[in-house]
Amino acid sequence: MADLYISPDTATDAEIAAVDAALLDDQRASVQEHERVVRGGTRRRHELRHLLLPALHALQNEAGWISPGGLNHVCERLQVPPAEAYGVATFYELFRTTDPGHAESITHVCMDGACQVAGAAALADDLEAAGTKVHRGPCLGQCERAPAVFIQGRSGPDSVPADETENSGAIPQQGDESLRLLKRIGVVDPTSLESYVAHGGYSALRAAIGMGHAELVQLVKDSGLSGRGGAAFPTGVKWGAVRDEVTKGRPAHVVANADESEPGTFKDRIVMENDPFSLIEALTIASFATGAANGWIYIRGEYPLATGRLENAIAQARDAGWLGEGIAGTEHDFDIEVRRGAGAYICGEETALFNSLEGFRGEPRNKPPFPTTHGLFGEPTAVNNPETLVNVLDLLDVGLEAYRATGTERSPGMKLFCLSGAVARPGLYEVPFGMTLGELLEVAGGVDGELQAILMGGAAGSFVDGAHLDMPLTLEDSRERGTTLGSGVVKVFNTEADMNGVVLRIAEFFRNESCGQCVPCRVGVVRQHEILQPLETGGTLAADRIELIDEMALAMGDASICGLGHTASGAVQSAIRLGLVGGSA
Amino acid sequence: MKGLDNGATMYAVDPRRTSSAKFADVWVGLELGSDVALANTIGREIIDAGLIDKDFIAHSTAGFEAYRDAVAEYTLERGEELTGVPGEVIREMAHAYANAEKAQILWTLGITEHHNAVDNVLALCNLALLTGHIGRWGSGLVPLRGQNNVQGGGDMGALPNKLPGFQNVVDEAALAKFSECYGVDLNPVPGKHLTHMFEAMETGELTCAYVIGENPADSEANIDHARHLLSGLDCLIVQDIFMTRTAELADVVLPASIAWAESDGTVTSSERRVQVCHKAVNPPDGARDDIEILGDLAKRLGYDWGDPTPRELWDELRSLSPMHFGMSVDRLEAEGGLQWPCPDLDHPGSPFLHGWLWEDDLEGRDPAPFSVVEAQGPIEELTEQFPLRLTTGRALDSYNTGVQSGGFNSPIRSGDEIDVHPADAARLGIADGEIVRVSSPRGSVDMGVRIQSNLVEGLTFTTFHFPELVDLNVITNDAYDERSGTAEFKAASIRIDKIA
Repeated sequence: MADLYISPDTATDAEIAAVDAALLDDQRASVQEHERVVRGGTRRRHELRHLLLPALHALQNEAGWISPGGLNHVCERLQVPPAEAYGVATFYELFRTTDPGHAESITHVCMDGACQVAGAAALADDLEAAGTKVHRGPCLGQCERAPAVFIQGRSGPDSVPADETENSGAIPQQGDESLRLLKRIGVVDPTSLESYVAHGGYSALRAAIGMGHAELVQLVKDSGLSGRGGAAFPTGVKWGAVRDEVTKGRPAHVVANADESEPGTFKDRIVMENDPFSLIEALTIASFATGAANGWIYIRGEYPLATGRLENAIAQARDAGWLGEGIAGTEHDFDIEVRRGAGAYICGEETALFNSLEGFRGEPRNKPPFPTTHGLFGEPTAVNNPETLVNVLDLLDVGLEAYRATGTERSPGMKLFCLSGAVARPGLYEVPFGMTLGELLEVAGGVDGELQAILMGGAAGSFVDGAHLDMPLTLEDSRERGTTLGSGVVKVFNTEADMNGVVLRIAEFFRNESCGQCVPCRVGVVRQHEILQPLETGGTLAADRIELIDEMALAMGDASICGLGHTASGAVQSAIRLGLVGGSA
Repeated sequence: MKGLDNGATMYAVDPRRTSSAKFADVWVGLELGSDVALANTIGREIIDAGLIDKDFIAHSTAGFEAYRDAVAEYTLERGEELTGVPGEVIREMAHAYANAEKAQILWTLGITEHHNAVDNVLALCNLALLTGHIGRWGSGLVPLRGQNNVQGGGDMGALPNKLPGFQNVVDEAALAKFSECYGVDLNPVPGKHLTHMFEAMETGELTCAYVIGENPADSEANIDHARHLLSGLDCLIVQDIFMTRTAELADVVLPASIAWAESDGTVTSSERRVQVCHKAVNPPDGARDDIEILGDLAKRLGYDWGDPTPRELWDELRSLSPMHFGMSVDRLEAEGGLQWPCPDLDHPGSPFLHGWLWEDDLEGRDPAPFSVVEAQGPIEELTEQFPLRLTTGRALDSYNTGVQSGGFNSPIRSGDEIDVHPADAARLGIADGEIVRVSSPRGSVDMGVRIQSNLVEGLTFTTFHFPELVDLNVITNDAYDERSGTAEFKAASIRIDKIA
């Protein structure tokens, strides 16, 4: 209980029912037990705070907005100060804090990158003209089927039309013998544990249990596996650090960062939709290696199909004893909870993700301390990208030697790439590290039209052009050639694409997605977007304007708390340098 | 609050679910004035469950057996009957307190503004002695102060029977030491505390009062009577930073500067930490430093004290008060304050006043005594004529009689209203916001009603921050504890009548 001052607004019965249904009966921060006894308290309040986001989701879904009365009900139930809860609600794209004035679902249309080029603006206009309630927003993680649409349900489930009309399980390489991370995609029944096990599922966990914690951590270290979310931190080092904390007796967490929000990225969605048990198994292995008893999957709010499949997979795994007390006959306890994000790019940053999951605004924390010692709830946490985790299954299946035999010395293993835009067959591809960019494009059927530029690594990455086609796709080569693999985005633009519009949109994206916490980024991304305004009419950028962008990039890189500020100028700068925008016509 | 954030457990014992209680793990709404009953029941349960610290009791305390026998009758059942709190919850508190590695009992006026205030305090001390939660890091008995320098006032001898440094007026050697230093023969008879002073005014024994920084014309219980007495004095001098109600009654008003912002000196916090404070701004024209005012007054009375600086006065104090001797101004500045006792310049100060309880030789002192105290309710019984309990307290944004807090606005201030439980309000047929007449055996005031469910049925509550609007102390009970001199502001019997 806290000393709260609640406004007189009251929730509707439907709002109360929706919020209460999203929480368990005993999840109340304050309970009157007797005329003279009330149980509540700071600790209990802290323990329940992480339920704020699910409660807000329930409220948004029921009412179409976070109404003052509904917010008050949530705040009384969880004893969160209304001002704080309001601050959280306003942080997310999927929450509204003004009355929509109607009771319909909202159709989100992606305005980024591939969808922009594929006619998203026209689609949005058409939908609106037909009477649909449209929200133009950032990347929805469906770039291979641009332009992307996501329907935010009202008093009903969210949905993605493409999930129903297209075979979303399809990956262009389906059936290819060389596939290791994607080998079950389109083959296994994603809703059946039985089918998963029949296709080799849970053999990796058995192997992991067989070797024990220490050997397992060492194996992952030796494999050279690094994080696939973009930062490429050595996974084994991360796990070992958490393990050290667990041996000191601290409770710990493993988190799958499935908040795949980097424009152009959809790899984790396809894996989770089509092979959800693989993520559950891999996360379980991470928990066994680190000794963490608590598992979390923080998934984008715009992925309803993947969310449902993961929840189903967790339930089945739990029933079968793969999760819960004493997993798979060991003494290790582990369970997983799925949490939905609510539309915030920044929540893919690991510490912002923790804050979001804990029920706070998704603002990144200062580092150090690092998540391995002070992560989720201030406790040691190993947070990994789903692709990284699934790599551990591959490592355990093929063995250290075979794993390291793929790729290069410094970039071992297989890598997923999200190809979108002007390629013959957009989609998710799995290739060994070291294949060149040109070869990858060929695997995808080649460029559709004449190549103008390729955006590597998403909005936070950089543009390259034809001169980079010989670049081997490895961490070291991309770094050396001044670009990045990032989260595996390869977004191809042919000469028909309006690069002014694309670059402006990237600048607008960062302007919208900066969390506003630290000054260099909050100011820098706005100024950057403003400086680029001449591009709107195909104009040029004066030399001093370009200099200013470079200067701000330096300031953001040096002084921002997190990666968003560090990378917010990369694509813009590279586009100018390549002459894609800003030069004389 | 930081402790709670770090995972500490808090039981808030209060007849009302106050703002503080809302931060507690458990609010325990005991019957008004049943503090001793609750403490004794907890003590009995701790003994009964075998949770006492036997070694500590044997080594550092005295009188355990008598205490044990006295609390034997305070079973959980009896405790529940006397306090209204479920026996199970009392049991839980007893076990939580006794089993905690570190535990503190903190209290403030809810314990001390009763006619049996000292009993209340002793009952809590007993619990600390039972469990050894005293004189150690993180454990202890913590009477919280309402002002930054309440402790400092006592340190400097602003007590009727004490000289500076808590030396007794009746101690001839101490008195002689002070007399020699001051160059006059000091009065060897202890003075009177505030409540006794008013009694002395009534009998005509006391005819002149010099009031410094206090507003008794608003703050005393049964206020009409107190004002009558103040008005009847031959001479009333008030030295204050504001023109208070008391100052309005005065023959002479001496405008003073603010101690913490407009003058140099020291303050002592609740943890006995003496700290130096510095003047930050000049006082308004006409307002003068207390030291100057007192010095000039002495001059008019024929004694020239010179123009001592605060540092010179502090050094004089150090020469007279052994517990302060080690606290040179330079040390206080350099070390960010020191906790007394600090008897010499090398002494590091004393973080634990009762750390000696854990020394092998108890530093040569007598063991700490258990005290046998029995439960008594409020002195004023509920009657058919006055069937409701009234307790008083403070609001977050206001301070006592409002002298220091009335000068600014606050968005959460609503004035003095009487909080009434919904069931009582329904029975009386009164509505939220209605103006009613509140009467006690001493008088009546008219005030607005606020229907609140944070108190139990039969209990009412009000603040007393706005005496110019609601003269609340007209109705409070001036019965007091002979040993502490504090009136029973926390419990009166009242009646609420509709006016219309």
